[in-house]
Amino acid sequence: MRTQCNPSRFISNSMQKVPPSGIRKFFDMASGSEDVISLGVGEPDYVTPWHIREACIHSIEHGETSYTSNYGLIELREEISRSYVKRHGVYYNPEEEILVTTGVSEALDLAIRAITNPGDEIIVVQPSYVAYVPSVIFAGGVPVTIGARGENDFKITAAEIEAAITDKTKAVIINYPNNPTGATIGKDELEAIADVIVEHDIMMISDDVYERLTYEGTHTCFSALEGMRDRTIMLNGFSKAYSMTGFRMAYAMAAPEIINSMMLIHQYSMLCAPITAQVGAIEALRNGEEEVGKMVREYDRRRKLIVGGLNDLGLDCFNPRGAFYAFPSIKSTGLTADEFAERLLHEQNVVTIPGDIFGDTGAGHLRCAYAASREDIKEALDRISTFVDGL
Amino acid sequence: MDEQTRNILEILEEDARIVPEEIAALTGMTVEEVEQKIEYLEKAKIIRQYKTIIDWELAGENYVYAIIELKVQLERKLGYQAIAERLYKFPEVRSVRLLSGEHDISITVRGNSMKQVAFFVAEKIATLDQVQSTATHFVLKTYKENGLILDEPDQVKRLAVSP
Ligand SMILES: Cc1ncc(COP(=O)(O)O)c(C=O)c1O
Repeated sequence: MRTQCNPSRFISNSMQKVPPSGIRKFFDMASGSEDVISLGVGEPDYVTPWHIREACIHSIEHGETSYTSNYGLIELREEISRSYVKRHGVYYNPEEEILVTTGVSEALDLAIRAITNPGDEIIVVQPSYVAYVPSVIFAGGVPVTIGARGENDFKITAAEIEAAITDKTKAVIINYPNNPTGATIGKDELEAIADVIVEHDIMMISDDVYERLTYEGTHTCFSALEGMRDRTIMLNGFSKAYSMTGFRMAYAMAAPEIINSMMLIHQYSMLCAPITAQVGAIEALRNGEEEVGKMVREYDRRRKLIVGGLNDLGLDCFNPRGAFYAFPSIKSTGLTADEFAERLLHEQNVVTIPGDIFGDTGAGHLRCAYAASREDIKEALDRISTFVDGL
Repeated sequence: MDEQTRNILEILEEDARIVPEEIAALTGMTVEEVEQKIEYLEKAKIIRQYKTIIDWELAGENYVYAIIELKVQLERKLGYQAIAERLYKFPEVRSVRLLSGEHDISITVRGNSMKQVAFFVAEKIATLDQVQSTATHFVLKTYKENGLILDEPDQVKRLAVSP
């Protein structure tokens, strides 16, 4: 008789270290009920602009269904390169410094794996996107989390980064405009961080996926700062700005050695990004400006609507200058963010996400995504108001 | 155009009934600023009128629309303006446009029945001195009107929670 198998015995140690996603719980709770208004969605509520969809349909009709170069279509890499020269004055060689990936999600994983040896420390600035810490663990690295503070509008300071650096530190991951806070960071603050990066001879991984959704001030590209180009792995993509989440289209830009290593992993795991989505991305870069502008203007209106509304309810909300998240403090209610979000969902059918899921300094805050219709935002504010009044 | 003006115009183009308080909440301007801007835009005739797009078919009112292409003969000294002025005075005529190409002018006519529209064209339009010929096209269905898609399929549902 063969003995029974216990599958969990085979799971790798690194998998065991990854905590379950906190967002999952809310997903499960929300999926049962009807009449739910969701401020829990981290994706645009627009369908991909028609001209982009149309380009993809045309491409399929013309039989473009093959693999592409591992790096991605050269036309796409050229457009990406041009767009960075145009917006930030920083040039990446499309031949060897740009890699097209399936989402920033993949680019992030490749970037971390390409530079991490077992035991290397990667500093993750929180509150942050939920994938950073697990990605470091999957790569055998050690995530070192540091918290950007509400008092400082959730901007990390150079001193806070420096205090976390040890001789095992390999890189820092930042994300501005930020998910979940909507915080942006200024050029001077980034210059100070750049000094620290150079002084300790480490790298920066900058997730700029919300770059185009900057409503006040201008976004500074970290790799455009003097001396930072070869110390930065720049991640960006099409999900948010062009409302293309389902296309899984993004890219990484870095020095040739880094991109080559990332490409090697990509080559043997993903092989290449889907060609249809790449065609859509080319169209987005060539002809998408007007639509981006329209969507950004509308997000900006919703931002003012929700931030004003939350402040009027006494839920103190700093001014998020980018992305599509408001991050109000709910400390005045005496509830924890988890209690607040859970009760709000059960009693008023409004989905929000507790801030501590994204890191300790997010405690006492809620992430409210305003990539929702104005009617939904107004209705959500009404329901939150009823909820808060009843406390 | 400055950002604030564009903001107000875009918001109003989408929803003529929105009140200044709501526009203020969406733009971060004060209610007074919004009111002043709108007053200026109305005076400057940039905002021409506040209109409603109605699906008359759904309301059970079966209006008939036709697009009529006209070839016209220009009289000495009187240009297209003169014929346009004669055309746009008819209440049945909903729009008048000067075109390039095979025809000179296109008008849209609304009536209660095909017969009524056909007679209107034959008696009132075709008989005008300057009109050489007409081609009447009845509208069978309107899919999009003034930028609004009238029978748009429901949006695909997003997940309630995502990263
Ligand atoms: C900060 C951040 N990075 C990356 C991603 C993933 O983006 P993509 O769709 O390109 O994989 C998200 C999605 O929510 C995000 O918020």
